[in-house]
Amino acid sequence: MSDIQSQTDVYFIRREIVPASPPPMRVHGPIPWMRANLFGNIGDTILTLVGLTVALLVLIPLVQWAFIHATWDAPNREACAANTVGACWAFVKANFGQFMYGRYPDPERWRVNLFFVLMAAGIVPMAIPSVPFKGFNLLYIFVIFPVVSGFLLLGGLFGLTPVETAVWGGLFLTLVVSYVGMALSLPFGILLALGRRSAMPAVRMVCVFLIEVCRGVPLITVLFMAGILLPLFFPTGVSFDKLARALFGVSLFASCYMAEVIRGGLQAVPKGQYEGAKALGLGYWAMMRLIVLPQAIKIVIPGIVNTFIGLFKDTSLVYIISIFELLSTVRNSFTDPTWATSTTAASGLVFAAAVFWIFCFGMSQYSQFTERRLSTGHKR
Amino acid sequence: MAVTDAGRFSPPREHWYNNPKARSIAIQIVLVVLVVGLVAWLTNNTTTNLRERGIASGFAFLGQRAGFDMTTFMSTTSESTYGFMLLAGLVDTIIVSFFAIIIATILGLIVGIARLSTNWLVRTIATVYVELLRNIPPLLVILFWYLAVIAALPAMKDAFQLGDFSLSNRGIFMPRPILGDNFQYTFFAFLISLVIAFGVRRWAFARQMATGKTFPAFRTGLAIVVVLTLAAFLVTGDPLTFEIPAKTRFNISGGWTLPPEFVSLMLALGVYTASFIAEIVRSGIMAVSHGQTEAARAIGLKGSLVLRLVVLPQALRVIIPPLASEYLNITKNSSLGLAIGFADLVAVGNNVLNPTGQSIEVVAIWMLFYLGLSIIISFAMNVFNARIALTER
Repeated sequence: MSDIQSQTDVYFIRREIVPASPPPMRVHGPIPWMRANLFGNIGDTILTLVGLTVALLVLIPLVQWAFIHATWDAPNREACAANTVGACWAFVKANFGQFMYGRYPDPERWRVNLFFVLMAAGIVPMAIPSVPFKGFNLLYIFVIFPVVSGFLLLGGLFGLTPVETAVWGGLFLTLVVSYVGMALSLPFGILLALGRRSAMPAVRMVCVFLIEVCRGVPLITVLFMAGILLPLFFPTGVSFDKLARALFGVSLFASCYMAEVIRGGLQAVPKGQYEGAKALGLGYWAMMRLIVLPQAIKIVIPGIVNTFIGLFKDTSLVYIISIFELLSTVRNSFTDPTWATSTTAASGLVFAAAVFWIFCFGMSQYSQFTERRLSTGHKR
Repeated sequence: MAVTDAGRFSPPREHWYNNPKARSIAIQIVLVVLVVGLVAWLTNNTTTNLRERGIASGFAFLGQRAGFDMTTFMSTTSESTYGFMLLAGLVDTIIVSFFAIIIATILGLIVGIARLSTNWLVRTIATVYVELLRNIPPLLVILFWYLAVIAALPAMKDAFQLGDFSLSNRGIFMPRPILGDNFQYTFFAFLISLVIAFGVRRWAFARQMATGKTFPAFRTGLAIVVVLTLAAFLVTGDPLTFEIPAKTRFNISGGWTLPPEFVSLMLALGVYTASFIAEIVRSGIMAVSHGQTEAARAIGLKGSLVLRLVVLPQALRVIIPPLASEYLNITKNSSLGLAIGFADLVAVGNNVLNPTGQSIEVVAIWMLFYLGLSIIISFAMNVFNARIALTER
C-alpha cells in the first residue's frame, strides 16, 4: 500500500478551468434533420441526389401533363387532338356519368345514388369501432341492404321502372360486384375453412378440392367457366342473367381465398380455447360461434381486408363475360369517335386508376388502423 | 326418497343421432350422395346439351387444322393444328412469365431494400412506388403500358435507336444471333469451366474448414469461366454472327422482334408484382432480429459479410415461400394478356373454343396447366421449407 503511495507522490493538480467545448450541434429543425436523413455521409448524399433526379424526372413531366398542359374543358375532341402534350380531362368530364352509372337510364340514376348512400350508411358505422348496434348493423349489411337495393336497382315493383342488368355499368357495377363478392365470400369462406379443418374426411376432401382448384387457376378461367360452361351444366331452358354468372364466379373465387385466410385464424386460436369450450359442454356450432370464430376473425381482419382489396381489383376482370364495370366502361369509351385522340386513353386510364386507388388505399389504411387497434395488448 | 328412486332411474336413452360417430358418418354419407348426385346431374345435363348442339366431346379436335393464326414465339401458321396453337400459347405464357419474374425480382429487391433505407428521400420514393402500384388492378397496369406508354412511343420511322436495337410503338427490334458451325465448342467450354469453377469453390470451402485460410473462390471461378469460354470462342474462329433488323419500306424484317403486346405485358407484370415483392423483401429483412446483426458485428464480421452470412440466410427463410407464390401469381396474371391480344394459353384457348365449341376440353387444359404449375411450385416449396426450417433441439 505504502509502496503505491510513494510511487504516486508526484502528482499534478490542474489549476485553470478546461476551456468549454462547443455547444452540441442542433438536433432539431430542418437542417439537422436533413443532415441526419439526407446528407449523412457521401454515399447518402449521392443516393439523395440520384433520388432527387429520379423524382424530378418523373414528377415534372407528370405535373405538366396532368395539370399545366391539360385540356380541362372542351365540347369535343378537337381541343384535345390539338394538344398532344397534356391530358384530356374534358373527355373524362363528358363521360363522367357513364363512368359512374354505365348505361343506367338517365332519369333513374337517383336510384343508383340512393344505393350509394344506403351502402355508405351500412359500411361507415360498421367501420367505426365506437358506433353501437353492431348486431343490427351486420343484419343490415348482410340482409336488409342487399334485399332493399336489389328491389331498388332492378325495379319492377312499387312503381319503379324495371332496369335490366345489361345496362348496368361503371363504378356502380364495380361496387355491386365487389359488394356481393365480399358479402358472400365471408360466410362461405368461413364454412369452407371449417370444412377444411373438420374431422370428417369426406367433408375435408370436398372442401380442400374446391379451395385448391379455385386458388390454383387464374380468375379469368373461373369466369370463363361461369360464363361459358354454366349454361352447359344446366338443363336447356334454364338461363342465368349474365351478371348473376359473373357474381357466381367472383364469389366462388373470393370464398376460396377467404377460406384460407380464415383457416389461418382458426389455426392461430390456441387449442385450450377449443378444449375449454368443449369442457363447458358447448356443441360444435356453439363452440365455433361463441368462442373460436370471434377470436379467429379478429386475428385475421388484416388478411380479410387484403382479400377484399384483391377482390375489388379483380372485379376489373368481369369484362371477360361482357359485364361493363368501371375499367371496361372507360376502355369502351376510347373508341368513341367524338373523343378518340392520342391522349384519350392515358387520361381515361389515369382516371380509372385514381378511382381504384382511392378505394383500395382506403381499405388498406383501414386494415392497418384495425391492426394497430387490436394489437395494443400484445405489444412488447 | 333419493335412495328409493335410484332403482327406477335409468340413464337417458341415447338416440343414434346424438352419437358423434354415427352422426359424423351420416353427415358424410349425405354429403357424398349430394356431391355425387350433383356431379351426375350436371354431367347428364352437359351431355344432353352437347348432343343437342352437335358437339363431339373429347380431345380429337386438337389434331384439326386451326384456320387462324396469332403472333406467337413459335412459328404458327393458319395451317397449324389446334393442339399446336395451344402449345404455342403455353410457350408464350412461360416466356412472358419468365421475363416478368426476372424484372419483378430485381425491381422488387431494390425497392424493398430502399424502403428500409435511412435516407428519407429514397425511403419515400420506394413507399410511394409500393403504395401506388399495389392498389391498382393489374389489368389496368397492363392496359396503361399498352395503350398509354407503348402506343405513345414514336412510330417506326423515328424510333429510338441504340446501336442495332430500336424501340418504337411496334415493339422492340433487336439483332438475332446466328450460331456458326463451331459454336458448340464454346458452349462445351462454358460448361466445363463451370464445373471447374464449382470444383474450386468446393476445394476452397474444404480448405477453409480444415485450416481456416480463405480463398477468393467466387472471383477465381468467375475468371476461369470468362477466360475459358472466351478462349474457346476465339480459338474456334468467332463463330457468332448477328442478323441485324433491316428497315424495309413499311416494316422491319429480320432480327428478333418483341411485339408491343409482349413488351407491355412483361413490363406491366414486372412493375406491378415488384411492389408486392418489395413488401415481402422488406418484411423478410425486418424479421431478422437486430440482435443477430449486432452479434455478427461483435464477432468481427464486416458489413458485407454480416449481410451475406447472417442476415440474408435468415431473411430468405421468411422471403422465399411468399416469393414463390408471387411468381405463381405472375404466371396466373399473364392470362390478362388476353385483354391486349397477347397470345398466351388463355387467349389461344379462347380463340379455339369459339369456333369448335369445345369449351369443356379447353377449360380442362387451362386448369390442368395452372393446377399442375401450382402443385409443382408448392411441392418445391415444401422441399425448400424442409431444408431450411429452423432445426430446433
